[in-house]
Order: sequence, then C-alpha cells, then structure tokens
Amino acid sequence: MTNSGILLKCLRQLSSQNIIPHICVVGAGPAGFYATQQILKSINNVKVDIIEKLPVPYGLVRFGVAPDHPEVKNVINTFDKIAQDIRVQFLGNINVGRDITLYELKQYYHAVLLTYGASEDKKLMIPGENLKNVISANHFVGWYNGLPNHQNLNIDLNKTDAIILGQGNVAIDIARILLSPIDKLKKTDITSYSLECLSRSKVRRVWLVGRRGPLQASFSIAELRELLKLENCKTYWRSNDFKGIQDIVPNLARPRKRLTELMLKSIEESSFDNRICDKEFHPIFLRGPVEFLGFDSVENVKLSVNELEGDHFLKQIAKSIGEFEEISCGLAFKSIGYKSTQIDPSIPFDLESGRIINSSGKVEKGLYTAGWVATGPIGVILSTMANAFTAGKLLAKEVELMKQMPGYHELQKFLRKKGICIINYEGWKKIDNEECERGKKLGKPREKIVDISEMIEIASN
Amino acid sequence: MALVHKLRGIYKSVLLSSVSQSWSKDIQKVKPNLFVRNTSTSKPSYEKKEVNVTFIRANGEKLLAKGKEGDSLLDIIVNNELDIDGYGACEGTLTCSTCHLILTKEDYDRLPEKPTDEELDMLDLAFDLTDTSRLGCQIIMTKELDGLQVKIPSTIYDARS
Repeated sequence: MTNSGILLKCLRQLSSQNIIPHICVVGAGPAGFYATQQILKSINNVKVDIIEKLPVPYGLVRFGVAPDHPEVKNVINTFDKIAQDIRVQFLGNINVGRDITLYELKQYYHAVLLTYGASEDKKLMIPGENLKNVISANHFVGWYNGLPNHQNLNIDLNKTDAIILGQGNVAIDIARILLSPIDKLKKTDITSYSLECLSRSKVRRVWLVGRRGPLQASFSIAELRELLKLENCKTYWRSNDFKGIQDIVPNLARPRKRLTELMLKSIEESSFDNRICDKEFHPIFLRGPVEFLGFDSVENVKLSVNELEGDHFLKQIAKSIGEFEEISCGLAFKSIGYKSTQIDPSIPFDLESGRIINSSGKVEKGLYTAGWVATGPIGVILSTMANAFTAGKLLAKEVELMKQMPGYHELQKFLRKKGICIINYEGWKKIDNEECERGKKLGKPREKIVDISEMIEIASN
Repeated sequence: MALVHKLRGIYKSVLLSSVSQSWSKDIQKVKPNLFVRNTSTSKPSYEKKEVNVTFIRANGEKLLAKGKEGDSLLDIIVNNELDIDGYGACEGTLTCSTCHLILTKEDYDRLPEKPTDEELDMLDLAFDLTDTSRLGCQIIMTKELDGLQVKIPSTIYDARS
C-alpha cells in the first residue's frame, strides 16, 4: 500500500471511530454469503443484513443444484456458520423492488451489495415456443427442486422422446433426471410431487442438442462422465459430428483435451456395446433450433444443419448451411442460459446481456454487485466464490463512514408499517427442521416446503 | 491420553501464533477461526505417526502444519485451522476444486496414489491448473511424505486484489 493510502485509511478510521458500518446484501445465495464472509473478515465491527426475496436462504444451492448431487450442497455448512455470526442477520421474505426500493435501502445502509442472481430464461425467439410441453429449463429445475414459483409446472411426461436444446450443465442435469432410475431419485431431497410425476414418466430417449461442435461443448467433464455411466442407459453419438476432431486433440489444453478424449472413447466403446437398455441418451452437435412444430403441444423440433465458421475453435460460430432436420419429440426443453433482471429501475443494467453494469463488482458509490447478476450466468460455484470475495473485499475497503446509519432498526420499522413479515434465521431453522422431519418419514433427507404462506406460518410459530 | 491431549493443545497454540502473523496483514483486526471447518473427514488416531506439512501461499508466506499419517491435506488444513479463503467447499467429496494444491514434480511423482479420473475432472475446473496439481482432499499423508511442501495456487481472487 502507498503512504497516501495508509494516511487515507488512518484518517478514515479516525473520523469514523464510533460508526459501525451497516451493510445490506440483497440475495441469500452463494454470492451473497461468500461476499459477506469476506466483509466479516475485513471489518471486525460491522453489521451485515442479508435480505432474501424468499423466506428461505441459499439460492441456487437449494433451488438449482440437482437433488442427486447432495455433496455440492455441503457449502451450506459454511453459509450456516456465516449466518450464525452475531454480526450477520438473515432477513427473508423481503422483495427488493416491490416491498422496498434501492433508494430506500441506501437511506438505511452505508453500502448495498446486489447478489440476487439470474432467475430468468433467455428466450429462443423462434416460432412455436409457446406450444404445450415446450418447457423452460429454469422452470423444470425449479419444479423438481421446489421453487415456489414453479411448483405448478404444466408438463406432460407421457411421451417417449424428449429434446433438450442446449448443452450446458443445466441441460445435463435435466437429461440425468429424466434418464435416472426412479429408485435413485427417491432417496434425494427431490420434491415428492415431481418424484411422483417422474415415476410415471414414459420418456426413454433424450436428445441433447448443441449448435456448435464437440470442441465447443459447454458441459463439464464430470457431468458428462456421470451421464455416460448411468445405469440402464446407453449413449448414441453421431460419429459424423466428430469428423477431423481426433487430429486436433493433441493441440488442445488439458481440460478441453480430456473432455474431447472422453467423448471419443465413449464413441469407440458404444460401437461394441450390445446391451439393450430401457433408456437412451443422444448427444448431437451442429444443429440449431429453428421451430417447434405441433398443433397444440410440441410434436417435432425443426433443426438447422450447421457448420462452423472461423479459424480458432474457441471463436468459431455456428452457421446454417440451409439444410434442416426434424426430430420427433413430445417434450422439449429450452436450456440456453439464464439472464438476470433489473429489480429496481435505478440499477444501472445492461438489458442485452442481462446483468448489472459494474467494474470488478463496483456499480457506483456505495453500491456493489457480485455473482451471476454481475458476471452473467457462467461458471461453477468456485467462480462465483472468487467473484464474491473480490466484491466483498472491495466493499469493505471502500465503504465510507461519514455518518451513522440506522440499518436494520429503520428497515424493520419501514417494512412492518407495510405489513411485511420478516423471516429471520431462527424462522428458517424452524422451516429447515420441519422439512427434515417430513423427509425422515419418507426415507429422504428432506421434503421441501414449497408454499410460501406455509413457510411463513411455520417460521412464525 | 491426557498427556497427548495436552501436547496437542500446545502444538495447536504454537501453530495458531504463527498463523496469526498472516492475519495481521489484513486491513483490520479480524476474528480468528470463524469460518474454518471444524470437522475432519478422517478419525483422529493418536497412535499414528505425526507428520509435518508446509503450505506455501502464492505470495511466498509459509504456513506450517502438523497432522498424522492417514490424514488428507484437507484434514490437516482444517485441523490446523489454517486461514485459506474458501478452501474445501465441498468438504472432501470430490465435487469442487477449491482444495487445489500444486506440488513439485518430484513430490507429484512419488505420491503413492495417482489421481483418479474423477479427481482430474474436478482439477480441470480449477484456476491456475498445472501438470502437478492435485486436490488436497485426495492426498493422504504417509510417514514417507513427512516434511512435504505444497503450494496454494493464487486464485483469480488473489490475483485481482
């Protein structure tokens, strides 16, 4: 640090000796918790209020991570410790933008950190998108994971063929949920209503469609390997998709190289695989969605045949060659990515990319952002963690303590006046406890409560 | 048994004082040990031989730690309450890469257990991946590895701050 930097810091500390920084974090997902962790580490005497729209915390760790990946949810243990720190308060059931504006929050807190994630789908913008059984990946994941908004998803699984447009890890999760033996899902915290529906599913063939080629596949190797090993399920690649790939493999960086080698090995193995399996997995490349066809409900998906343009494989783009292919399917999922929303008109927001305009986590004086709402919906939890650490640290370093701020004291007065029932961490623990109790009776780790009013009732008891 | 507990207490307090030097670098005084996981994935056993490991931060700072044969490097970091941001998020279940460590070529080659496909899959998602990278949760200490030195990679977070 430079001398002037130290001087500034001393001055700041002298002038703000008795002022406790009040920080408001909007969104109780991984980004919110990891940023809070960094703020607590940087400032000893601080108050951090984590505001959440739902009565329950943990965001995508609860509502995004697949139920058959419980290990990934171990991060909750860290979040739980953060939430139980005496300097931290979890404040659930507060909808920023509806119950309280960002301007109002700024009147109560020294700094606000927006970590509310990316909850909307990107649209394909092709004809037929509104046909029945054309399902947004986001809604399907929310449905099986118990997201209150999506509990009543209108889906008909009485179809043999399902197509998934997109090849990210969400697409792979959906394929796995559709292709997994139901007995495997029974032991997870998947919602009972979706388990019941999946147990009657007729889906036996799942297509996973990518616009570009195998070298641009966006699933991670661990997710693919798991799917290839799935019990009673056989993988069918199109060897034509892999023309010329073998020659490029030696020049690839390790992660891409290993992923490509795994696919090539699987192609080779599948040519000797004489098993007859109940379920089939069909990853296909170089096909772009053009139209959903059907009368009332989707019956076919029309795909363009693509080729790649550009020199370097990382920058190659898909271009239709004017030929088309139709795949018959009674169920289609759009899994081409999430985008965020501008929850308050005063947030500088890039509607095109669906994220808050920021520089290394800073939006403007006193306003910061981290996680998917800041970076766009990319990367695994590690990238969100790294990003949230950076933003949390920056906020802690820069927070200006010119005057006392009322923090929670005024916030709760304001919200009570509006009739908003705040759910604190103790309230969440009651919900958590009830969910585990209900799960125990069903032989699963948890049965999620999906009704918001029921959550509030349990928390308030 | 009581003596062992006492000794354990002594070495812990010695270690903690060395670790606290690293904290003093932080902007303001911090609350120690708040977010360090306090469970270990292996059972403590007092009969096993004690081993030493040195963890070297990206800035060159050395963290000395003690463990036992059979402990993973993740166990040792947890049990010694070393302050490494975000380390071991999935708690040793091979579903993240936050316990990424970098070994010397020599150490990498002499480890008795080679990395599995599943470990390599996770490492492929790590920042600053090298040819001698391993996950700390998968390296099990033996008495032959006593004195091991490993590097903690500089994450994007460290690089930008």
